Amino acid sequence: MTALPILSARSVTKHFGSRVACRGVNFDLWPGEVLGIVGESGSGKTTLLNCLAGRLLPDEGSVTYGTASMGAVDVHSLSEARRRRLARTEWGFVNQDARDGLRMAVSAGGNIGERLMAVGARNYGAIRRTASDWLSRVEIDLDRLDDQPLTYSGGMRQRLQIARNLVSNPRLVFMDEPTGGLDVSVQARILDLLRGLVDRMHLSAVLVTHDLGVARLLTHRLMVMQGGAVVEHGLTDQVLDDPQHAYTQMLVASILPV
Amino acid sequence: MPGLQDASSQDSGTYNYAYLDEQTKRMIRRAILKAVAVPGYQVPFGGREMPLPYGWGTGGIQVTAAIIGRDDILKVIDQGADDTTNAVSIRRFFAKVAGVATTTRTEVATVIQTRHRVPETPLKEGQILVLQVPIPEPLRMLEPRETETRTLHALSEYGVMQVSLYENIARYGRISKAYNYPVLVNGRYMMSPSPIPKFDNPKLDRNPALQLYGAGREKRIYAVPPHTPVKSLDFDDHPFEIEAWSECCALCGSKQSFLDEMIVDDNGKRLFICSDTDYCQERQQTRQKGES
Amino acid sequence: MYVAVKGGETAIANSLELLADKRRGSRDVAELSLEQIDQQLSLAVDRVMTEGSCYDRALAALAIKQARGDLIEAIFLLRAYRTTLPRFGDSRPLDSTRMVVERRISSTFKDVPGGQVLGPTYDYTHRLLDFSLAAAGERPDAPAAPVDAAQVMPRVGDILERESLLEPPPAQSDDRAEDITRAPLTLPASRPARLQNLARGDEGFLLALGYSTQRGYGNNHPFVGEIRYGHVPIAFVPEELDFEIEIAEIDVTECDMVNQFAGSHNVPPQFTRGYGLAFGHAERKAMAVALVDRALRAGELSEAVSSPAQDEEFVLSHSDNVEASGFVQHLKLPHYVDFQSELVVLRTLRAEVDERNRRAALDRAAE
Repeated sequence: MTALPILSARSVTKHFGSRVACRGVNFDLWPGEVLGIVGESGSGKTTLLNCLAGRLLPDEGSVTYGTASMGAVDVHSLSEARRRRLARTEWGFVNQDARDGLRMAVSAGGNIGERLMAVGARNYGAIRRTASDWLSRVEIDLDRLDDQPLTYSGGMRQRLQIARNLVSNPRLVFMDEPTGGLDVSVQARILDLLRGLVDRMHLSAVLVTHDLGVARLLTHRLMVMQGGAVVEHGLTDQVLDDPQHAYTQMLVASILPV
Repeated sequence: MPGLQDASSQDSGTYNYAYLDEQTKRMIRRAILKAVAVPGYQVPFGGREMPLPYGWGTGGIQVTAAIIGRDDILKVIDQGADDTTNAVSIRRFFAKVAGVATTTRTEVATVIQTRHRVPETPLKEGQILVLQVPIPEPLRMLEPRETETRTLHALSEYGVMQVSLYENIARYGRISKAYNYPVLVNGRYMMSPSPIPKFDNPKLDRNPALQLYGAGREKRIYAVPPHTPVKSLDFDDHPFEIEAWSECCALCGSKQSFLDEMIVDDNGKRLFICSDTDYCQERQQTRQKGES
Repeated sequence: MYVAVKGGETAIANSLELLADKRRGSRDVAELSLEQIDQQLSLAVDRVMTEGSCYDRALAALAIKQARGDLIEAIFLLRAYRTTLPRFGDSRPLDSTRMVVERRISSTFKDVPGGQVLGPTYDYTHRLLDFSLAAAGERPDAPAAPVDAAQVMPRVGDILERESLLEPPPAQSDDRAEDITRAPLTLPASRPARLQNLARGDEGFLLALGYSTQRGYGNNHPFVGEIRYGHVPIAFVPEELDFEIEIAEIDVTECDMVNQFAGSHNVPPQFTRGYGLAFGHAERKAMAVALVDRALRAGELSEAVSSPAQDEEFVLSHSDNVEASGFVQHLKLPHYVDFQSELVVLRTLRAEVDERNRRAALDRAAE
């Protein structure tokens, strides 16, 4: 079987009424790669992410997912059943606000175990052990296993959301500002955690962020979006160290040196 | 008012048989057939406004009215007893509108309408059990939206229920659901068995009788055909188990049946008695015969 | 020796007799007649007809008498009766432009063709208890203005629509009306099904929801485009005849709300509509229905759905007071078997906790 990109976008375009949210986006993502999408708010990056993850139907263009053994499938032609199953098993989606990606009134163990139970896990002890294992991998105290995320801090909720997504060993993870809204020190630790997990699990990921520091740390390649269009695209270090497009130059210049 | 007359079939002694008109009965039977064809699947039906309030068994009554015939023998129980007021009221209703013979004997009945219990006496092929259902949707308390639960059933996505059982164990050390315990029917649809105690769930599994479930207010009918597997949800290491009492029935001595707890004096003295009045009576009579 | 108490049958029979006695009340007081209820409690009759989905003043009056004034109980009685009535077919849609109007107002314009007709309304009464009503007395007849049956009273909505300032009413998909009393409501609901549900819905519930929109829970900036009350003919086409005949005249109250304008890239902005209809004279009900109808169109009009009045499933599933009353009150039925189940579980759990504490205490003592 020839190697397939794990995700491909061709001319992905989406408008809301008269406003064009994203226009003509093209890329190929290869297994093990992390692609960053950066831009200011309103640049269309979240809309694009939702189109890629099958949550929004593009008005033009296509999104293709390279499955492990069954070739490439058009994400938006899948049946709802298949897409939902994919979203629970081979894919992950980390929301900016962890509350959107967790069951707030269910214990941490239940949150992590849900994907397992959804595909037929029926041994309480085993589910609990796996959940505990993941809790420590995301550096949350084990004695919080039976607590609800309502009682967790923002940083802990985000770690829990990550665990909930990764427990099914997904191949592809979508992340929407995974550290947005968190304290700077908390951000740093979560970024570290994410980098380690992505490395060890050989994850492929599409990561949306407005923070170039996050992009530098986590992504291999970068797409810069402005007003719905991709204005620059290349290896992260190259784009950030030697920006070609005026907008990228402006973005890079506005980072305060630390 | 001059000329105010009863234009309906109520109270003038000219009911259609079993109260409902033939069109309505046909509509309900079509829903029943669909339900039997897809065990455990909730079939929407055009439930009618009945002379009893919603919550008093209008679903069960419509199902019974659609299937009952002159040769049937009807038994009606509530909480396992033939003489609770609502069972009495429903039995009188059918005696009046269907002229059907009624009985308290499970063995002899052809149609048994019940609220919240399955008879202790094992049912036989050819018998029909009609269960009254308040909330037909087993996922309702986990997901209030019908538009979403419909999709979950269609896609067989029942993880959310398994998670709720996990939560039970995490919190209490055991599954704490006591009644209306969710089951999987024929390996496909999750079903609410109605608020019977979990004690009765095993009786549903491969029962030789036909089970029909009617929810009047929510307007759903579902069914479990005879000899169909019905499995209560659990975990391998926390298997489903039923209630047990250390006492036995004070009247008939049974250690096998579901017991009602009666508080008999001001000091809180308790007596335990079979909830199934027919079963208890039969046992008492057998004992007497044995002793005489 | 414990003996199970039997006698459910006798208890019921006695209960019914006692109830009949209470219904009649003191035999020294004259019995209410149906005519009295129809004439002097006419707004109660109107409500029972609307929520009972059956236009018959005598039947509604009878239901109210039998229910001792409990209107929800009366509505239940009327609906149960309605189930058994034979049906001949569907009427033509009511044409409210053919209404002989007793009252007609619009708050969108100072004056409108056909005029603002105040008619009988509580709106300008001072709410002072009138003790003269405590005694029977004769009232002089109210002065009557000549009724011009030929006068055309165009709908304010039609006038606005002609200038494209108001959206046209949503197109009807086919001629055959849906009937939510014959087929179960499916969600998402069509507009006819939604309006039927609201028309039959509990006035108090809808009033509260309508009120909530005005206080910011999904505000849609309503104006009363028009309220009209009067009698309209019902037209019916019998199979054998193939042309329309008038079979009855009924009183209805109709409310057209004119709401927040909407528009998009392709559609220039227009005012939007909410609609309500009730039997008899029932402005509060018709207005509440119109407010909630408009709120439930939020999704259709691409507005954010964020408040209870805009949540279709929540509103339509809980608007029926006969269903609500039944289910709430059914809690009075015996539930002792399920309660017993819960007791068994609870006792088991508590025993386990006690056992754990006992062992922990022993462990501590051993140290």
